[in-house]
Amino acid sequence: MASHLPTGSSASQQQSGAAEMTSDTHHSGPTGLMRWLLTTNHKEIGTLYLLFSLAMFFIGGLFAMVVRAELFQPGLQLVQPEFFNQMTTMHGLIMVFGAVMPAFVGLANWMVPLQIGAPDMALPRLNNFSFWLLPVAFTMLLATLVMPGGAPNFGWTFYAPLSTTYAPPSTTFFIFSLHLAGISSILGAINIIATILNLRAPGMRMMDMPLFVWTWLITAFLLIAVMPVLAGVITMMLLDIHFGTSFFNAAGGGDPVLFQHLFWFFGHPEVYIMILPAFGIVSVIIPTFARKRLFGYASMVYATASIAILSFLVWAHHMFVVGLPLTAELFFMYSTMLISVPTGVKVFNWITTLFRGSLTFEPPMLFALAFVVLFTIGGFSGLMLAISPADFQYHDTYFVVAHFHYVLVPGAVFAIMAAVYYWLPKWTGHYPHLRLSQWHFWLSVVGVNLTFFPMHFAGLAGMPRRIPDYSLQFADFNMITSIGGFLFGLSQLLFVLVVVLCVRGGRKAPAQAWEGAEDLEWTVPSPAPLHTFETPPDFTPYRH
Amino acid sequence: MDRQFLEGRRRGVRRTVARTLVALVLMGCFAIALVPLYDVFCEVTGLNGKTASRAQALSAQSADQTRLVTMQFITRSSSGLPWALTTETRQLRLHPGQSAEVSFTFHNLGNRPYVARAVPSVSPSEASVHLRKLACFCFENQRLAAGERFEAPLVFQLTRDLPEDVKTVTLVYTLYEQQVSLSRHSAMQRPGGET
Repeated sequence: MASHLPTGSSASQQQSGAAEMTSDTHHSGPTGLMRWLLTTNHKEIGTLYLLFSLAMFFIGGLFAMVVRAELFQPGLQLVQPEFFNQMTTMHGLIMVFGAVMPAFVGLANWMVPLQIGAPDMALPRLNNFSFWLLPVAFTMLLATLVMPGGAPNFGWTFYAPLSTTYAPPSTTFFIFSLHLAGISSILGAINIIATILNLRAPGMRMMDMPLFVWTWLITAFLLIAVMPVLAGVITMMLLDIHFGTSFFNAAGGGDPVLFQHLFWFFGHPEVYIMILPAFGIVSVIIPTFARKRLFGYASMVYATASIAILSFLVWAHHMFVVGLPLTAELFFMYSTMLISVPTGVKVFNWITTLFRGSLTFEPPMLFALAFVVLFTIGGFSGLMLAISPADFQYHDTYFVVAHFHYVLVPGAVFAIMAAVYYWLPKWTGHYPHLRLSQWHFWLSVVGVNLTFFPMHFAGLAGMPRRIPDYSLQFADFNMITSIGGFLFGLSQLLFVLVVVLCVRGGRKAPAQAWEGAEDLEWTVPSPAPLHTFETPPDFTPYRH
Repeated sequence: MDRQFLEGRRRGVRRTVARTLVALVLMGCFAIALVPLYDVFCEVTGLNGKTASRAQALSAQSADQTRLVTMQFITRSSSGLPWALTTETRQLRLHPGQSAEVSFTFHNLGNRPYVARAVPSVSPSEASVHLRKLACFCFENQRLAAGERFEAPLVFQLTRDLPEDVKTVTLVYTLYEQQVSLSRHSAMQRPGGET
């Protein structure tokens, strides 16, 4: 599957390239496996990121299937509670750090240089390093499953003292793997910032950049800001576990609540790290298939920046029940609700872009439209959770699970799939199989809603999360959820089939694969040759 | 492509990377600084229900005869420590400004010596800055031989500026074993930690 990259077409380029630039010797580089291990090409690294993310998506998905199978009926059938806890924990960790984040970094690697007319990322060798940290990190994380004492079992939020005093011995490996993944994210972010700020085609101002580039720039700043906090928290955990400190240990004068503050100071911006690039993708796709300019470009940029800034002021809405003073409850309630203003600006801009457009419903557009509708549902349940007194009831129930799965699965994951369908013609030179893509879309939409919508009701009725058993009144909701989960999980195999078929052949795509597409990536041939924009393109801004 | 253009880009990249690295280091320092900042913040506001870690002077004020506050005491032992901490006085009512003494009994039920400490926590947390302890066993570790009993007093005062809406103050003491290795590695303990 990985061999789809244009080895044939790049061979001629390699020669001409080598003749042109004598200093650039990496063209006659290694072949086979070493080529992928040592590559510094942004397209190859982007492909690696995306394939890695796809693999993690299936591993994390498999864990979710175990969870749903156990919850299919009340009572304990398949797994022990200890293993169930490991499954929920690993599902969350793998999906957040292994699937969604690397997928967005992969898309950034592939598309940011193409969209701004740059020859490559600013720091290609660093790029290679930041990718190859990930397989190491996640092999280690997955290896904890076979270690004595089992894998991390304290939930993806790894609250102390569950993750320190009462944690399995494998927690040390978990900490190390998270450190590596964090370093990878930081290096990726530095690279993306350096690329966007310095390598834009001459004449392209910041406010001329496609929104995917803008949202990624802001996301990269968020990463720079919060990844050190994550690194700090897990280092303190490590010190508490092995070196007798008491950062989070009340016995030694520490405070477990401090962990929650530090974690969510990282964790809330983190959830925007997982959604801002999705906003960018949708803001690029909708205008293409509406055949209109994006409505309110500048307001989109400002809304993204506002969301990023506000994300630092809302962290304690995850801890309303921890015993905050009334003023803090009110502050975090109102600041959280404030976020719905810039988010609303975005949703209304998308709708206004669609208004009186010449709409067509190709697969990327289907996913983008589903994103707008379903993400907004997730946003609304977020507003409900933001109401502090109501959150006392919703806290730690399936309502929360429904909320964040609505923003992450039909939100972030659908946006990634929309992006894949949108740019596959550019990557492979072929259109994805239309019928199969449509099947994939509709099965996914039905599966997602069947899975996550009943969770709202189970949660409102009081079903707690992270428990392998439940009382009988939740049985129907859970069975529907499980059936939906299996449907969604299975239909993703269709996605792999579509991608494999698209790599191997299909209807040929021209340079401009979509009629209404306007950004720079559509000026290079499909499939994009290994080296593009070695001389900066002529860029004419839309309006002056 | 002209050399100048490429050189300009290279310089730009270098500048951006340097600036991002500075931002990264600053955020790293900020993350570490959050720990002492949190402690200071909690000490000033009493947000996490902790009380002062050393004895405070009696603040000379007359008792506020107009209201009575219920003071409750809860004691518990953390897992794995075979100690009992008890008090005869589970609850008492007193005027803000008035001082009171309550006696607590430590009892080592195990068959070897242990070192432990009673860690206090106040609820509601806004009362914690108004609880002044003139004497408390919680300021130091207790070492008890097997079967040993030890009686220790708590002398405290609720200051008069205790918010009007606080009618009941609960003081919880949780016993935690102090690892012997802890004291050996005391140099590694966190700076500013109150041990």
